Amino acid sequence: MISRYQRRKLINRANLTMAVLTTAFGVFWLLWILWTTLHYGASAVNWALFTQDTPPPGSGGGGLRNAFVGSLILLGLAVTIGAPVGILAGTWLAEFAARRKLGAIVRFLNDILLSAPSIVIGLFAYAIIVDPLGHFSAFAGGVALALILIPVIVRTTDEMLRLVPGALREAAIALGTPYWKLVTRITWRASASGILTGVLLGIARISGETAPLLFTALNNQYSSVSLNRPIANLPVVIFQFAMSPYTHWQRMAWAGAFVAVVFILLLNILARLIVRRHSGGI
Amino acid sequence: MKASEAVRDDIKTIATAADKKSTKTHPRISGDFLFRNLSAAVAMLVAITLLGILIALWREGWDALHHFGWKFLVTTTWNPVSEQFGALVFITGTLVSSIIALVIAVPVSFGIALFISEMAPRWLREPVSIAIELLAAIPSIIYGMWGLLVFAPWFANFEPWINSHLGAIPGIGILFQGPPMGIGMLTAGIVLGIMVIPFIAAIMRDVFIITPAPLKESAYAMGATTWEVARKIILPYTRTAVTGGIFLGLGRALGETMAITFIIGNANNLSASLLMPGSSIASVIANEFTEATTPLYKSALLALGLILFVITFVVLVLAKLLLLRLDRMEGRQA
Repeated sequence: MISRYQRRKLINRANLTMAVLTTAFGVFWLLWILWTTLHYGASAVNWALFTQDTPPPGSGGGGLRNAFVGSLILLGLAVTIGAPVGILAGTWLAEFAARRKLGAIVRFLNDILLSAPSIVIGLFAYAIIVDPLGHFSAFAGGVALALILIPVIVRTTDEMLRLVPGALREAAIALGTPYWKLVTRITWRASASGILTGVLLGIARISGETAPLLFTALNNQYSSVSLNRPIANLPVVIFQFAMSPYTHWQRMAWAGAFVAVVFILLLNILARLIVRRHSGGI
Repeated sequence: MKASEAVRDDIKTIATAADKKSTKTHPRISGDFLFRNLSAAVAMLVAITLLGILIALWREGWDALHHFGWKFLVTTTWNPVSEQFGALVFITGTLVSSIIALVIAVPVSFGIALFISEMAPRWLREPVSIAIELLAAIPSIIYGMWGLLVFAPWFANFEPWINSHLGAIPGIGILFQGPPMGIGMLTAGIVLGIMVIPFIAAIMRDVFIITPAPLKESAYAMGATTWEVARKIILPYTRTAVTGGIFLGLGRALGETMAITFIIGNANNLSASLLMPGSSIASVIANEFTEATTPLYKSALLALGLILFVITFVVLVLAKLLLLRLDRMEGRQA
C-alpha cells in the first residue's frame, strides 16, 4: 500500500510524462511532413521545373512555370486589393473606434471572418464574380485570396497600432497636427514593421490556399497572364497532379509542394526576424 | 424691447453671413474628415462581408433548398444523374471527422500547452512553440498529399489490428470493422486532428501563461505538485478560454477542405464503420463543383456551402464569446 504522498507524486510524474510525450507527438508530425516533402520534393526539383510549362497527361518532361507565374500573379493581385483595405480597416479600429461599441462589433466580425472556412470564401467569390460574368477568371481568384488576406491584416494592423504609446499621439496633437497626418506620419511609421509582419504572414497563409481557387481561378494547362481568363496556379496544379495516376505527375506535385513549403517557411522566418529586430523599438 | 429684438436679428444675419463666408474661404473637405470616413467605410465593408457571404450563398443555393425543402437536410441520396440531392451524408461526415479530430487534438494540445507553460526550460520554450506554430503554417494541400501517399498506406498496417481488437468490442465494435484500406473517415479524422493541434495548443498556451503567478505560487507553496497546479488552479481559471480554443479548433476542422478531400475516400453513402470511406461537405464541394453542369446540381453544392457556413459561424461565434470572457476577466480590451 503506497502512501497518499507517493500516490500524488506518481500521478504527477505520469501526467507530466504524458505532457512531454504529447509535445513529442506534435513535433513528430511536423518533422515527418517536412521530411516527406524534402525527400520526395527536393529530388524532383530541377531547372526545367521553372522554365517549362505543365506537360499534357501521360507525357514526360515539362515543368510548373505557368503555375508559378500564375500563383505570383494571384498573390500580387490579392495583396494589391487586400493590403490597403486591411490596413485602412485596421487603422479605423485602432485609431477611431478603439473604445466604441461599433469598433468592438467590427473587430468581432473580423475575427469570425479570419477563421471562416476558405472554401466558403471561394464559393462567395464564385457567387459574386464568376457566376455574374459567366466564366472563371484569375481576377476572381485574386479577390477570393484577398478576402482571406484582409482579416489577417486588419487584425495585426489593429493590434500593432494599439501598441503605439498614447504619449506619442498626444505630443503630435499638442503641436496641432491634424489627425490624419498623425496617423499616416507617426503611428503608421511607429508600427510599420508590425504591419509588414501581418502582411507577410497573410501572404504565407494564402499562398497554399487551394479550395477557394477551385471555384475562381480554376486552372489553365497553358501559360496565361490574362486576369480575365482561368489561370494556372501552384496549389490547384499540385492537387490535380497528386490525385492523378501518373507517377511523373506525382513527382512534379511533390516538387511543387516542396517549393511551396520552402516559400511559406521563409516568409514565416522573415516575419519572425522582423518582429524580433523591432520588438525593442516601440 | 422691440429694439433689442432688432439688434438680435442683426447679429443673427451678421453671424450667418460670417458662417457662409468662412465656408466659402475653406471650401475643401478637411483631410481628417476624408481619412476618418474612408477608413470607417472600408471597415464597414469588411464587417458586412459575412452578411454578404450569407446572402450570396442563400441566393445561389435557393434553387436546391426550395426544390427539396427540409428534406435536403435529412435525406442521404446524392445522385447527380437523377438530380436527387440530400445533404445528410456530408453533414454527418463533416461532424464525425471533426469529432475524431477533437478527440485527438484536445488532449495533445493540453499536454503541449502544459509542457510549454509549466515544464519546459526557458531555452526550449520558444523552439517548441515555433515548431507547433509551423504545423499551422503548412498548407492543407501538403497535409492531403502526405496523408494520401505516405500516412494512409502506413496507417493501413494498423487497421487489421484495429479490426480484430477494437472491432471485437460489443456495441462500439461496429465502428471499427471494415477493410484495411488506409483511407477513410478515421484516417481523415486523425490528419484533421494533427492540423488543428496548433490552433488549440496556441490558445491554451497563451491563457496558461497569463494565469496569475500568485495563484500558482500559492498552490506550489502549499505543496501542490505541478499536475495538481495544472488541474486545480490553471484549468479552472482558464476554463472558458480553453473551451473557446477548442471551439475555434472545431471551427477549423469543420471547414477544412483539401486534406480531407485527399484522404476521406469520397464515398457518397453512409456507413457505420469509421474505416470505410466517406465524404464531408467541404470534400464533396471541392470534388464535384467543376463537374456540376446542371443548375440544380450546382445550386445543391452551393446550398451545402451555405450549411457549412452556418455551422462554422455558430461554432466560431461561441468560440469568440468564450474567449472574450477571459479577456474581460483580465481587464483587457476585447
